[in-house]
Amino acid sequence: MKSVLAVLSVVGALVAVWYLAAIPMNIQGALVEAQRAGVAVEPEDAAQRRQMGGLALAVKNPQVIPAVWALKRPRLPAPHQVAVELWKTTVGKKITSKRSLVYHSWVTLSATLLGFAIGTGLGIVLAVGIVHSRVMDMSVMPWAIISQTIPIIALAPMIIVVLYSVGIQGIIPKAVISAYLSFFPVVVGMVKGLRSPQAMQLDLMRTYNAGAAQVFWKLRLPASMPYLFASLKIGIAASLVGAIVGELPTGAVAGLGARLLAGSYYGQTIQIWAALFAAAILAAVLVGLLGLVERVTLKRMGMVR
Amino acid sequence: MTDSNSVISARDVDLTFQTGDGPVHALQGITLDIARGDFVSFIGPSGCGKTTFLRVVAALEQPTGGSITVNGMSPDEARRQRAYGYVFQAAGLYPWRTIARNISLPLEIMGYSRDEQQERVRKVLELVDLAGFGEKFPWQLSGGMQQRASIARALSFDADILLMDEPFGALDEIVRDHLNEQLLALWRRTRKTIGFVTHSIPEAVYLSTRIVVMSPRPGRITDVIESPLPAERPLDIRDTPEFLEVAHRVREGLRAGHAYDG
Repeated sequence: MKSVLAVLSVVGALVAVWYLAAIPMNIQGALVEAQRAGVAVEPEDAAQRRQMGGLALAVKNPQVIPAVWALKRPRLPAPHQVAVELWKTTVGKKITSKRSLVYHSWVTLSATLLGFAIGTGLGIVLAVGIVHSRVMDMSVMPWAIISQTIPIIALAPMIIVVLYSVGIQGIIPKAVISAYLSFFPVVVGMVKGLRSPQAMQLDLMRTYNAGAAQVFWKLRLPASMPYLFASLKIGIAASLVGAIVGELPTGAVAGLGARLLAGSYYGQTIQIWAALFAAAILAAVLVGLLGLVERVTLKRMGMVR
Repeated sequence: MTDSNSVISARDVDLTFQTGDGPVHALQGITLDIARGDFVSFIGPSGCGKTTFLRVVAALEQPTGGSITVNGMSPDEARRQRAYGYVFQAAGLYPWRTIARNISLPLEIMGYSRDEQQERVRKVLELVDLAGFGEKFPWQLSGGMQQRASIARALSFDADILLMDEPFGALDEIVRDHLNEQLLALWRRTRKTIGFVTHSIPEAVYLSTRIVVMSPRPGRITDVIESPLPAERPLDIRDTPEFLEVAHRVREGLRAGHAYDG
């Protein structure tokens, strides 16, 4: 009960800050509309208003303040505007509609999942190699780290262009970018997990004269599971970011990234925010699902009490 | 003087670790024979090499000098033939396996059939008085029970030699007394050769047929005491004059080791 209250207060505080921030952000636009509608505003000269700060304008025109939360193209949409847009474009539209966020989310999600699968597989394979081979440890790990220092936004267009030139387009380039972002946390987590058995447990295996494969399957792999799940949670969120970024430079017509891009072309801030929230909700659901799989798996393994 | 009866036979074993602070003489001139069915305790302060010697026997460390045989072969060959079971200070059970599956771990690795595994697990669980706990996970058991499970794991594949590295070191004294009694009963029943590292004098005297007293820097043997105590040892044997005399001699041996050290 107490924690519910705490969560609600934080959410309440965030929403309040958001509503308050919308006042100075949107007051200019609200004043223009009010003036057109014949309401007296101060100062009357638009050029003069543009020189003034948002807070000062709000203080001088308190009667206009309610209008800042109802503009058609606000600089900062109010929370309820975003919520209404989200509702209209998910529940209010057929999911086959080009305006349905469910449709766009699915487009992005499919690339995310494909990329996540590739990234996770690659990450695990690399981690197994790194743990078992000193040469791979020395040669692969630095490249894996370097790969993550390059801003993905710079690399994504190149990946898409290169793949397009060899005739690959559609979901694959997006999935490749997703995989590029998600393999890294899996490599780091799995290497740590596969190395987590203590010297004593490895000695014990040695006294049984166990081979490397037996040590891997019976000791290293099960021991790495908690680490793997922690990595997967980071990896899936990174995958989603990768898929969205992959939609930006192509001028894609479908997907959450395309929705963001279209919104910014036409100044549809509410649409942008709705797409952002859709992405955030999608990420939360994916991480939540992984958390569930984690709980069930570790419980069945006897690793949670 | 190597007699055919000796299971572990060490001649002038040296082991020097190269560390960042220079060489450390962990073992120096260790010469020792352990006969079949002996219960040999190694006692001494930290750093005297008692654990290191046990690890040399188990081929977990390589000596830098001298020679040692286990069952008449090199320790590494003996390890490959699974000649010994090793019990560490921590039970080291896998948290993702039940007690029964922990005990069958070495059996799986050694390729026993499923039926054979089950039969052996059942047998050793009874041997360590844990029948009925096979389906529990390690965290559901007390520390003493976990250590008994780890002993069962070492016993499961019928190695003749049992090497135990301070197996009861982390347990409280009441549990320890109980486990000592059980271990002795188990040893009488199975007639295994046991190498047992401890730093408790009463434990060493109570359990052993022979007590090897060691001292540090460099790790070496200062005394080997043949126990005059009978094979049948109730816990209250520890109050008899014979027991106290042996304990006294162990204490003297330990003190001598330190005096020598300056």
